[in-house]
Amino acid sequence: MGRYLLTALRVSLLTIVLVGVLYPLLITGLGQLCFPFQANGSLLTTGGTLRGSALIGQPFSAPGYFHPRPSAAGAGYDPLSSGGSNLGPTSQVLHDRVAADVAQARTDNPGLDTVPADMVTTSASGLDPDISPANAYAQAARVAQARGVPAMDITALVTRCVTGRQWGFLGEPRVNVVHLNQALDAAYGATGR
Amino acid sequence: MIWGIAQLVLFFAVIAALTKPIGLYMARVYAGERTWLDPVLRPVERLTYRLAGIDPEREMRWTSYTLALLAFSVVSAFLLYLLLRLQGVLPLNPAHVPGMPSDLAFNTAVSFVSNTNWQAYAGEQAASYLTQMAGFAWHNFMSAAAGLAIAVALMRGLTRHTAQEIGNFWVDLVRSVLYILLPISILLALVLISQGVIQNFAPYHTATTLTGTTQVLPMGPVASQEAIKELGTNGGGFFNANSSHPFENPTPLSNLLEMLAIFLLPAGLTYTFGRFAKDQRQGWALFIAMALLFACGLAVIYGYEQAGNPVLAKLGVEQHLSALQPGGNMEGKEVRFGIANSALFATITTDTSCGAVNSMHDSFTPLAGGMAMLNIAFGEVVFGGVGSGFFGIIIFAILAVFIAGLMVGRTPEYLGKKIESKEMKMAMLYVLISAASILGFSALAVMLPAGLAGRLNAGPHGLSEILYAYTSGTGNNGSAFAGISANTPFYNLTIGLAMLIGRFLTIVPLLAIAGSLGAKKTVPATSGTFPTTGGLFVGLLVGVILIVGALTFFPAYALGPVVEHFLMHAGRLW
Repeated sequence: MGRYLLTALRVSLLTIVLVGVLYPLLITGLGQLCFPFQANGSLLTTGGTLRGSALIGQPFSAPGYFHPRPSAAGAGYDPLSSGGSNLGPTSQVLHDRVAADVAQARTDNPGLDTVPADMVTTSASGLDPDISPANAYAQAARVAQARGVPAMDITALVTRCVTGRQWGFLGEPRVNVVHLNQALDAAYGATGR
Repeated sequence: MIWGIAQLVLFFAVIAALTKPIGLYMARVYAGERTWLDPVLRPVERLTYRLAGIDPEREMRWTSYTLALLAFSVVSAFLLYLLLRLQGVLPLNPAHVPGMPSDLAFNTAVSFVSNTNWQAYAGEQAASYLTQMAGFAWHNFMSAAAGLAIAVALMRGLTRHTAQEIGNFWVDLVRSVLYILLPISILLALVLISQGVIQNFAPYHTATTLTGTTQVLPMGPVASQEAIKELGTNGGGFFNANSSHPFENPTPLSNLLEMLAIFLLPAGLTYTFGRFAKDQRQGWALFIAMALLFACGLAVIYGYEQAGNPVLAKLGVEQHLSALQPGGNMEGKEVRFGIANSALFATITTDTSCGAVNSMHDSFTPLAGGMAMLNIAFGEVVFGGVGSGFFGIIIFAILAVFIAGLMVGRTPEYLGKKIESKEMKMAMLYVLISAASILGFSALAVMLPAGLAGRLNAGPHGLSEILYAYTSGTGNNGSAFAGISANTPFYNLTIGLAMLIGRFLTIVPLLAIAGSLGAKKTVPATSGTFPTTGGLFVGLLVGVILIVGALTFFPAYALGPVVEHFLMHAGRLW
């Protein structure tokens, strides 16, 4: 057995160097060389200030902004506590939370036709940057009113911000809330908060 | 649902198309033949043997092979344990993560050496960059390589004629890493970076959000680990949210590639097996049985998740699929993946021993979550873990030919090897050890306050959380009904034991079968031999897997997912 343990130790140390150190360093080098923006977190910077990542959702609650999905990550969109609610389908807590969010959505968006599922459910990561197009269109009237802009213009902005299926068929159509709100601010000024 | 179904079909078509080329390549690697990577890798391989003092020409009997595997597992687990305890004072720790307490470090070391990657910790808070790469990513490579080695040793046992040796463990291990896992991981990691998976050693960034609040963005060498995490069916996420985290899985394309990586090697192994058996139909028969079980599991999970949660429907939530929203049960799912790609990922990750998740299984509707659990409980033989899926399905194949033999009163044979009492005892041991661990530990947990305290959800769903935890641990899966508070001494210890039992107590009987079959004569097929290539065998194999799984676990599931399903429709909440 001693002979096996010694070989095991030698193989361990050699492979740690190879796949535990050299391999990640190689990938880091190549990644930084070929795709530096992505490898560093798709960071959004305006005027030298780091504003977040294009891939990570942010909390918005003012009526003049589009709201992201509810988040179970920490106090909401905390990337240090990524994760879902893990509430089961028959959870009273889930039922009560969704009931409250449905009521809130109806108060915030008078004349709301239906409540899209993703508007009142938490995502898996708690950092989902996207909402469904249905969710975005449902909020357009509220945003328009808060900003004093014709609803048609906001709806058109949403339509421009919809990301289609990748390569035309992969995944789901979606709207990145951070992008959408950035576009709002760019078009109408950061006055909606 | 056309878009959804089209994506599911596309995924499987790609896997089916890749099975032959990757299987053929692996067959060459394990036969020690030249590959096109030899000019680069052959010198590295030789150097490794020389520095480690390995004689690549010397083959081992099954006992030596097992000892080598166990020695490697003990040493590598111990090294990881040390790293976890000491990470606070070691370099590459910009977030100042402290060392892990002993019970968590034990659980985590066992988790990675057993290819489980159960995570009782949250990566962004509890693991330094050094731990992630030199600890976790390294184990991801080695535990997958060990699984491949065992599978190949079993293939040799099944197909050699009166041979005492089943290969050299060190050679199988090193060649798996160098020729298979490393090159594919490099390619995959680079494509993942192009999609937005991060790869850097920067400290965590503090951002000022658009509304002026602060948000801390964790960084790290994620892509290099993400690639091997999927390819090696390991599943341990860099971040707590695993493959649902936008930095681990940012786009539908990264999602597709990660899913393909999980199935790639297990599917390929069926072809490698056909090559070893010198009869490709033997491999395709296993592939087809696996494909059938995959399709059934997927249909259940996709169907129930797309149907949504009736409790939310009553609150006026619109869960119907439309051109503008994925609909369905979106609690615990990401919009970019919707229902189809979440259901597909959940099926793949539980069919194999991967355990990476892109949606939270705890929030699945009862029967969809139950199906995910059942996939693991079947023994993860639907393509299965890298290596472990193959040897798992061989156990069921042995059971299937045994039952066929009983029906006609002949000694059963598989690939010309007579299946006798020793093989049957070992096969039954393999099946019973897993079931005893899952049900035994779950029973213990529901009887003890320390076990019951871990539940997040009450009612039958709470039982499902506990059952899933031990199913996942024993099956070396690593996914969870993650509401459970598993980072307690009780769960760290018992799930740690379940993972050890599920990996090592099943491998020993398995290698014993490899050794005893290898030593036997290969008898030529006669008109009385039950063919293991046709539809009858496939049907029997699927039947055996379903019956063994159903009979073993139905009583427990009746109290968990099944009763929850009916009570959910009756409007009962907890």
